[in-house]
Amino acid sequence: MTETSGRCLVLCIGHPDRGDDAAGRAVARRLNGTLPAGVTLVEEDGDALSILVRLEGVQTAFLVDACVSGAPAGTIRRLDVSRAPLPKDAFGISTHGLGVVEAIEIARTVGRLPHRCVIYAIEGASFEIGEPLSPGVAQAVEEVVGCLRTELEG
Amino acid sequence: MASRTIKVDYLSRVEGEAALKVVVRNGEVKSAALSIFEPPRFFEALLRGRAFSEAPDITARICGICPVAYQMSAVHAMEHALGISVGGQLRDLRRLLYCGEWIESHTLHVHMLHAPDFLGYDGAIDMARDHGEAVTRGLALKKVGNEIIALLGGREIHPINVRVGGFYRVPTRKDFARLAESLKRAREAALESVQWVASFDFPERVRDYTFVALRHPDEYPFNEGRIVSNRGLDIAAPEYDDHFEETHVAHTTALQSRLRGSGSYLVGPLARYNLNFDKLSPLAQQSAREAGLDAICTNPYRSIVVRAVEALYACDEALRIIDAYEEPDRPAVPLEPRAGVGFAATEAPRGLLYHRYRLEQDGSIAEARIIPPTSQNQQCIEEDLVSHIGGFLDLPDEALQHRCEQTVRNYDPCISCATHFLRLEIDRA
Repeated sequence: MTETSGRCLVLCIGHPDRGDDAAGRAVARRLNGTLPAGVTLVEEDGDALSILVRLEGVQTAFLVDACVSGAPAGTIRRLDVSRAPLPKDAFGISTHGLGVVEAIEIARTVGRLPHRCVIYAIEGASFEIGEPLSPGVAQAVEEVVGCLRTELEG
Repeated sequence: MASRTIKVDYLSRVEGEAALKVVVRNGEVKSAALSIFEPPRFFEALLRGRAFSEAPDITARICGICPVAYQMSAVHAMEHALGISVGGQLRDLRRLLYCGEWIESHTLHVHMLHAPDFLGYDGAIDMARDHGEAVTRGLALKKVGNEIIALLGGREIHPINVRVGGFYRVPTRKDFARLAESLKRAREAALESVQWVASFDFPERVRDYTFVALRHPDEYPFNEGRIVSNRGLDIAAPEYDDHFEETHVAHTTALQSRLRGSGSYLVGPLARYNLNFDKLSPLAQQSAREAGLDAICTNPYRSIVVRAVEALYACDEALRIIDAYEEPDRPAVPLEPRAGVGFAATEAPRGLLYHRYRLEQDGSIAEARIIPPTSQNQQCIEEDLVSHIGGFLDLPDEALQHRCEQTVRNYDPCISCATHFLRLEIDRA
């Protein structure tokens, strides 16, 4: 895990040993050591309180997590949650029961939401323990890595 | 007579998945069946053939909420197998690390998962609108737990600084200066949290539980002690398998633990508190009394208060350890691989966590056995649902569903991170 100081955060969420739930963690590993100075890269397992703590004092946040909505595996959603709450079905089911969506909305309620906050949600297919990423998700990981590099350099 | 089937399917949350089915017939709860997915089974297989020294890092991956507990049971069991013991400041640093995990885990459960049940909210988002101050207090506590884990564990999630025999590196006294100040503020916040949860309304439900926890002559238990119960059990960890057994039950692939010859038992904060109230710090004892708790509490719904008291104790104990800390001569006790069997039980936030390993001559792991607290509490949770939900059957379905969830969450099972893991179905015969 890499951490550098800064008020721009890339928060990659997931369990490394649970199949496609590792999508966020895979994104972190691809980004590790390649981000502009001042961008903090963090991996988390994904409970809401941990995410809330990470968001403290952050001005710009990009969050990456796996989700389950019934879409084809590897489908990527980019959700800008800076201004409006997420529609309930926008994310599908987070792989974390009290996870990203809850953390974002609690942060909004208690005035701790970063000025700019974007979620990348990667649709997962298999969450079997010990399994690797499914091919569609592995491809999506590469795409999200590219998107984040563009966002952070732009 | 109408019958209701409350069938609860679903998963969510990576640390655990669960399904719950409660069957009601003729105004009575006839059965409750909880099935839980158990990550440790996968890790037991993963550990075989690996070096004993890899166990702390591998087992830390089992749970994102309580990695320290898995590490601690692993290192103690390995040290038992290798015939060494770790004392002095290294032992205290392990207790300090455990303090960090208790603070983090209890704070998450008390503030985000369980409090909404008592305050009548669907979940933490709704609760935060009216109780922003409590959420902010929870964040402050969580943050100090993070600081402890980061300082001692090497990083905040899946800590890597723990090794069999001690640590890879140990902090200096100076390293603790800032943490001590944070902890003093956190202790005040923890005290406020006890007072906050004490004001909740609690269903008046009690049961004659068998409580099982560690007990140590000198301290509230984290890492070491004998395994005791309120019914006279008093054994060392190597005797665990003589007194406890795991059985298959039809509705779940997970194994359920029970005491041989007597059945279900309860592990976790309520058991620890009831068996070790006299070992809490004076401040924690006083706050418990002021929160309306006696030295014995048999109402599982008040476990939220006990958790808050334990978080306060963990802040208090962390400050005591830091105050007395002197840098040890070496970060770890030297050791040599050898063949052997090692046993250990430590107190994870959710309760007793038992590990057993058999090592080959070269120190590689031949067998690993991990019994997490949630599987030990499983039968007790089912019995609570049968016993405690009966009086709530007049509630509308949605309210009854919430009451079932609240009852399961009394135990802070791994699955409780899923705020809405219950899906209600009504089957009217």
